[in-house]
Amino acid sequence: MANAAVFRTCPATGLKIHRPAEALIKANAVTAVVFLAVGGFFGLLVALTRWPAVHLLPADWFYLALTAHGLDVLLVWIIFFEIAILYFASAILLNSRLAAPKLAWVGFALMLAGAVITNVAVLQGGSSVMFTSYVPMKAAPHFYLGVILFAVGALIGCGIFFGTLVIARQERTYKGSIPLVTFGALTAAIIAVFTIASGAIILIPTLLWSIGLVSYIDPLMYKTVWWAMGHSSQQINVSAHVAVWYAIAAIVVGAKPLSEKVSRMAFLMYILFLQLASAHHLLVEPGISSEWKIFNTSYAMYLAVLGSMIHGMTVPGSIEAAQRKKGYTNGLFGWLAKAPWSNPAFAGMFMSLVLFGFLGGISGVVLGTEQINLIMHNTLYVPGHFHATVVAGTTLAFMAVTYLLVPLIFQRELVLKKVAQWQPYVFAVGVSGISLFMMGAGTLGVARRHWDIGFADSLLSFDYPATAFLMMGLNGLAAILAALGGLMYIVVVVGSILFGKRIGEQPAERPAPVPTEAAAVGAYGSAETLSIPGTVVLVGVFFTAFVLYYFVNWKYLSEVWPLQ
Amino acid sequence: MAISPPSQRIWWKEPIPKTELVWIIIAFLWGLVMFFMMIYWHIAGEQNLSNEAYRTTPEAFTEKTQAMVAQYTVRDEVGFPVVAPPPGSDVYLIARLWQFWPILEFKKDQTYRLHISSLDWQHGFSLQPVNINLQIHPGYEMVVTLTPDKAGEYSVVCNEFCGIGHHTMIGKIYVTE
Repeated sequence: MANAAVFRTCPATGLKIHRPAEALIKANAVTAVVFLAVGGFFGLLVALTRWPAVHLLPADWFYLALTAHGLDVLLVWIIFFEIAILYFASAILLNSRLAAPKLAWVGFALMLAGAVITNVAVLQGGSSVMFTSYVPMKAAPHFYLGVILFAVGALIGCGIFFGTLVIARQERTYKGSIPLVTFGALTAAIIAVFTIASGAIILIPTLLWSIGLVSYIDPLMYKTVWWAMGHSSQQINVSAHVAVWYAIAAIVVGAKPLSEKVSRMAFLMYILFLQLASAHHLLVEPGISSEWKIFNTSYAMYLAVLGSMIHGMTVPGSIEAAQRKKGYTNGLFGWLAKAPWSNPAFAGMFMSLVLFGFLGGISGVVLGTEQINLIMHNTLYVPGHFHATVVAGTTLAFMAVTYLLVPLIFQRELVLKKVAQWQPYVFAVGVSGISLFMMGAGTLGVARRHWDIGFADSLLSFDYPATAFLMMGLNGLAAILAALGGLMYIVVVVGSILFGKRIGEQPAERPAPVPTEAAAVGAYGSAETLSIPGTVVLVGVFFTAFVLYYFVNWKYLSEVWPLQ
Repeated sequence: MAISPPSQRIWWKEPIPKTELVWIIIAFLWGLVMFFMMIYWHIAGEQNLSNEAYRTTPEAFTEKTQAMVAQYTVRDEVGFPVVAPPPGSDVYLIARLWQFWPILEFKKDQTYRLHISSLDWQHGFSLQPVNINLQIHPGYEMVVTLTPDKAGEYSVVCNEFCGIGHHTMIGKIYVTE
């Protein structure tokens, strides 16, 4: 059994906190935030270059900055933060000690070393191959090496998480089943193992190819396996940020899942079906059959989408039920109007939920429809879509949960509370703009990853419609706003960690936490006693938008040249 | 609460609330609609990709393209041959760093079998302003049967990053009455 001295009790929540786990959560979260700052800065440079009137960087620097942006935010920021979430959802939420903290530090060191090595490779200039590094375009060997080391470190992190679950069960630190949030984190970790295995299968041969030991990597095979990593890693993000939504809803408004069974089934669908999504990137490739494309791109008849649509109702539904229990029963949306909108954790979480569903979810399904992909593949519609999922969805959710982790784990009060309060709104508006304007430009055909849509240096000429140039300008403005929101987040978080008022602690005595608000929401089955009409209306609006937008795009498709 | 173990130990025997059940059924059915829509479009729609593709080599593909250019070139434009192959024929388009070669000229409402491949890295075939986007791989020859239905001047923009000259890579397709 663990020594009691290595635990402390959080005075606010009553959670028992394992100090080595706490130190690891701190290290991973802080490193994540540092890379968010670096990657976000590169992102701003990219957006300002694509703003035709500004056209900030020269071509070589643009492609370098775009490569670095993708790696630092999509890979490094998100995965470091996810490791912090895994440790939190296991050791902290289960009142357990963390398995093998020393090994966890080794994993952390590998991830950090890998991230730094890959960044060095990119900054040296010889590896501007984009995040996807499609062969036969070749990067420097240490570009691939860094990514591999990072992945091995992350795999160790997943192992620590699984180990901690086993320890918690053996040492009986909790009763019954693991909490829903931990279940969501478990989903993320299981998908992560699949993801990292796919990454190893393709990146190790590619590393050998880059140093001359392997003569040929088939480009189509590379893409198929690479995206088994690349897209699945986005499903890690989805699982993790849905778990974060549930956690924030529980902590801030005392929300309880409407039905444990339904929410857990929805997570299970992610594990079973999300891995098929490699196909989303192969819909207009040669040599792959339509049958394969249709089955895989739809996650076997949209069963993973079903999972997300379920969470899309159960998360706001649980919030509505909790709010109504508290007496906010006025009309359809009284519960929503009286929600704690000035709490950045809640505001960020709820906007993450709405933007992920409306912008990211709907556009993702449309983009991933076999034939509709013809009018969207590799246009700016693609980054427009995934900025809604990964930035407005995942990043905003992670920012929101940070406002809870700072007092709980770092034991500091937030500084600049006003700035913190505004931060999620500024960031959400900025990111929505980025996403919408890029999707707009993409609908007009504008290519992604492109330095000059004016084609000034080409022998032949072509002009995109003037609206496309307007969209790119608006995208630049939105990016400035999002960058401001990102900066506000970093200032508040770093400021709080360094200068925030310390929150006192008490020695570990109480065993399990009995969160006070849980009791207020009733024993079980809030939906049994309360209806959730507001959520039903919200879901109805979502569904209508989904159906209309889906068929509008079939209409667009039907207008292009017939081809077969 | 979601951050503590389920209060009901045997949570998997909880009844599913009706609101959730209805939504699950609607969402599931909608998934089926979207799934069968793709199959339906293969039968009734006019915009589908064939499954026709072949392994090729840069040499073999260049040879076939050059044969077509030698036979059907009608004029020259900034150093590119403009090729007007007969309707129904096999047409070849090379993607390479950093150009599409040659320039093609089609007749409106006629059908062509367009073969595309890359001689070096991956490229993107983005036909503008129609907005048809395909991926071009080296070593693979993709065959698309297309029927231009409007006359005009069209551009092929590379939309897969292919190195420092990527943003200069455009080609032309003319469609005449």
